[in-house]
Amino acid sequence: MRYSYYPGCSLEATAKPYDISVRAVCQALDLGLDEVEDWNCCGATSYISIRELTAFAISARNLALAEKMGNDLVTVCPACYTVLNKTNIYMREKEDIKKTVSEALAVANLKYDGTVKVRHLLDIIVNDIGLEKINPKISQRLGGLKIAPYYGCQISRPHGTFDDPEFPMTMDNLFSSLGAEVVNFPLKAKCCGGMLMTTEPEEGLNLIKILLSCAQDNNAELIVTACPLCEINLEAYQKKVNRKFKTDFSIPAIYFTQLLGVALGLPKEKLAIGKELVSSEKVLDRFYGGKR
Amino acid sequence: MMGTKEKLNQTFLEDIYSIPDGEKLKACIQCGTCSASCPTSHLMDYTPRQIISAFRAGMLDRVLKSNTVWMCASCYYCTVRCPSGIKLTDIMYELKRLGIKYKLYPPKNSSPVMARIFVDNLNQFGRSAETVLLSLFFLKTKPFKILDYVPLGWKLFTKGRISTSNKTIKGKDDLVKIIEYIEKKGVA
Repeated sequence: MRYSYYPGCSLEATAKPYDISVRAVCQALDLGLDEVEDWNCCGATSYISIRELTAFAISARNLALAEKMGNDLVTVCPACYTVLNKTNIYMREKEDIKKTVSEALAVANLKYDGTVKVRHLLDIIVNDIGLEKINPKISQRLGGLKIAPYYGCQISRPHGTFDDPEFPMTMDNLFSSLGAEVVNFPLKAKCCGGMLMTTEPEEGLNLIKILLSCAQDNNAELIVTACPLCEINLEAYQKKVNRKFKTDFSIPAIYFTQLLGVALGLPKEKLAIGKELVSSEKVLDRFYGGKR
Repeated sequence: MMGTKEKLNQTFLEDIYSIPDGEKLKACIQCGTCSASCPTSHLMDYTPRQIISAFRAGMLDRVLKSNTVWMCASCYYCTVRCPSGIKLTDIMYELKRLGIKYKLYPPKNSSPVMARIFVDNLNQFGRSAETVLLSLFFLKTKPFKILDYVPLGWKLFTKGRISTSNKTIKGKDDLVKIIEYIEKKGVA
């Protein structure tokens, strides 16, 4: 199976461990990734706050580049996923948008016929490969590990392409099947604040505190995310939350590909484990010959 | 004759109806599901339901001058839950654009500044470097707060999670052509 890969800007910086673990896990699962050459930023939630049609056009450039490659386009960032999906839907359904954006692409000798499928890697792993085929490759069951899978918003909203917009279950099912104990985590699709953590930090801290409390109250040892922005928001500001709310959070948050890699028996370095801001050592070392 | 304010409200109305599925706004039944679902509505001067109400009452300029739309985190709860199928998150984006276009955003709010920096950075390089974005943002909005983020920045740096420069994509000229084409058409 081969897919075209759109990492997105975060994966080149704060979410570098996500990119490293994505590539390692895909290799272990015989899932071929061809990075879209010379992709551009999707614009996230910011570009569309200033310009609408231009935001669709810059996104369509990525779709046009991916269309030449032929395969489904896979991304791991839910913001990129939503922007690319939204553009894709409008390029198929809204004639006026399609017309102007196509003219703009033509100026750069590009065209987009609307044939690309935009996918999230979580969808591909669970629905294209499937749990039955993953399980024989597992060398390290995650027995006893208590996790809170955190989905955030844009992996299932607004489009709900592969999971429920209100109560997603894909990560729950994946990690339960690998032996982990998925704790009750009713806020798993609640918003982490996204960019508000930067623009409105006081409120951002409040939203993060609500999520961390829910995970801690339900005895989660580890938060597992599928979003670069959620991940950084959840782990980077725990000290500030503790100072502001007199709490004592110290819960590691890692990317779902990192935990899947642990179960696949991949070494820590290949998964960039150890690059967290809240150390996952205490939680994950048991799977690497350490004491529980 | 319509006064300037009435004209502006008429323009707002037309603009919002022109975005994809924008006309669904007419089907709002004021049930408040959007406000109840919103993780930040308690911080907004006008809740999402009230925005639609104000919009109908021709008071949108007042809404735009408030902090309301800039508190939207784009979580899309309102959009998936609205019984009338209104894509309120997309309408929030349109209101942000209108606010910027007509300079009706709250002067102290830093979100419009962030959006502007993001767009300029993308137009210039084709990709976004978080460090550059954040540095510019803090310099422009709260320079004295930069120090607060130094420990976090340093920690990220030691973990290899900082990009220190913007890489320009090879197809930057093409990207600029695409952007300019739409800007020139005046439909951006």
